[in-house]
Amino acid sequence: MKLKSLIAAASIAALSAGMAYADAHGGKVKVGMITTLSGGGAGLGIDVRDGFMLAAKGNENLELVIEDDQRKPDIAVQLADKLIQSEKVDVLTGIIWSNLAMAVVPAATAQGKFYLSPNAGPSALAGKGCSPLYFNVAWQNDAFNEAAGSWASENDIKKVFLMAPNYPAGQDMIAGFKRTYTGEVVEEVYTKLGQTDYAAEIAQMRASDADTVYFFLPGGMGISFMKQYAGSGVDKNVMGPAFSFDQGILGAIGDAALGVKNTSHWSKDLDNEANVKFVADFQAEFGRLPSLYAAQGYDTALLLQSAMGKADVKDAAAFQAAMEEADFASVRGDFSFAPNHHPIQDIYMREVVKEGDVVTNKVIGVAASAHQDVYGADCKM
Amino acid sequence: MSLLLLIEQVLNGLQFGVMLFLMAAGLTLIFGVMGLINLAHGSLYMVGAFAAAAVAGFTGSFVLALIAALAAAAAAGALIELLVIRRLYDRDHLDQVLATFALILIFSEGTRYIFGSFPLFLDIPAALSGPILLPGGIYYPLYRLVIIGAGLLVAAGLFLLIARTRIGVQIRAGEADREMIAALGVDISKLYTLVFALGAALAGLAGALVGAIQSVQVGMGEPVLILAFVVIVIGGIGSIKGALVGSILVGLTDTLGGVLLPPLFATFMEPSSANAVGSAVASMAIYILMAGVLLFKPSGLFGGT
Repeated sequence: MKLKSLIAAASIAALSAGMAYADAHGGKVKVGMITTLSGGGAGLGIDVRDGFMLAAKGNENLELVIEDDQRKPDIAVQLADKLIQSEKVDVLTGIIWSNLAMAVVPAATAQGKFYLSPNAGPSALAGKGCSPLYFNVAWQNDAFNEAAGSWASENDIKKVFLMAPNYPAGQDMIAGFKRTYTGEVVEEVYTKLGQTDYAAEIAQMRASDADTVYFFLPGGMGISFMKQYAGSGVDKNVMGPAFSFDQGILGAIGDAALGVKNTSHWSKDLDNEANVKFVADFQAEFGRLPSLYAAQGYDTALLLQSAMGKADVKDAAAFQAAMEEADFASVRGDFSFAPNHHPIQDIYMREVVKEGDVVTNKVIGVAASAHQDVYGADCKM
Repeated sequence: MSLLLLIEQVLNGLQFGVMLFLMAAGLTLIFGVMGLINLAHGSLYMVGAFAAAAVAGFTGSFVLALIAALAAAAAAGALIELLVIRRLYDRDHLDQVLATFALILIFSEGTRYIFGSFPLFLDIPAALSGPILLPGGIYYPLYRLVIIGAGLLVAAGLFLLIARTRIGVQIRAGEADREMIAALGVDISKLYTLVFALGAALAGLAGALVGAIQSVQVGMGEPVLILAFVVIVIGGIGSIKGALVGSILVGLTDTLGGVLLPPLFATFMEPSSANAVGSAVASMAIYILMAGVLLFKPSGLFGGT
């Protein structure tokens, strides 16, 4: 279950010869990646890892140590201690889940290590708990939902039925949607985390007079819900943040997901040079379509390398300043950091479509441009 | 809440209960006959679902997928009985729990090794998809009705097997007195393998049937396993009748609790906190039911002494 990978050893000299990272500062950076590679949700961690490794391929100055947290907070904490104390890494990254991030990030930054979040953006770390050494390269938890809320308000969606699992991220997501949505919330249902049968909730949806169902159910929960919803004959529109409609799980939902609207900061059809290259390279390297998690892992590695080119990681203030510039070509297009080190980025509305035999997403518009989270006001650093 | 919605929810609870029965029946048989706690029962459920998804993906036939699920789970059950479980009958429960927990890890990582970490696709056959109109104006998914029917059919078959056939007599005798039936010339080890494979096949069938409407992924069996244990504790360990009654009770309590409790709390609390408290209590409902049953019937509803 333990997987160690030394990028430097694996890369071939021919590839690295032309790279511009052998910088004047000469500092090598050792990165510890703690991510979920086994158990439920392993697909997310694998995509983050693969995206990161793709962007870091051939960089001899970047040494990567990868560990599997099994989606367990206690194991993530042990791994972080090990990476910091015995591996002596400079930078930590990789965590997928908000509850694991809350267990690891504050302790890591308190010990003077940089942490780059390739996923998970709990509100506590964006507001009062922000840190100069913590950079979120993905999103704050509420972001996709605020964008969806304003899109729904503008597109004449009058009554919604809200559903999410009963845990902090689920409540954050629903709160985010309600923050910007101006229509009527007909019902708000919180399900058990890990629930697999949604017959009872679907019956409630059928009975309600909502015109749209908005839900956040990550991973297997979303697959189960969408398959059951499609079989139930309820014909209300379905919307949600991208997590339930990502490339990794669309294959398991199949045609049942067609037509669903979902918000995301990235889509494989975004037309910018970095993204076209990323999608092509990822497919060539791994033989599958990239997911948004892979895109986030890729951007994380790009950000890190852009800072490595400008400053030595041992000089924390200079390295922090170099990161804040976010001087890299993000696969999402425009990307910059707000003062609380969370992204300012466009959030798109996507629709699930079928391209040939493959079920995938297509951008249909911008749901929120230059979106920034609301918690930054509480951040004092 | 309208009456129609309530009836629909009762059907949902029934369907959930029938699925639990397929899991709990095997578990309670194995515990009753061999005195073995099998934590790996959830893995057999997963094996069934993965076998069905693989065969359905390859051939496109749901019937073949169900047959494959039964065969794969029964084979996996017989195999682990012969290789591992057989050595555990004389050990105490702690050793059994330890060994079968190891089997969970082996099955999970083995499945990931073969099928990868991403969930598989398994859909219900076109003929069974979509809702049908029940008398009274209820639209209900046809597939769920088929699950209810299939589950009840299996339950009836199991009762006949246990009550009317020679193998059933041996199983009941094995429950009552292991040494004695061995002394009477019944090949007890063959009987054990058979019972184990039967329980595994039922779990595999449940996995395949449910996999079509849920997500086929590594680790899908463990949440169901916990519920199945609750069922056999409520029903009485070793009793098939208890497993059936317990499954339906748990299915109905869980479904109706989730639907009825939040509005109930809303009658005397603020809507937002009523929602949170109601959902939380609903998740506990089956355990409260279990505690209540054990209070009055410490060996379960249909348990022995």
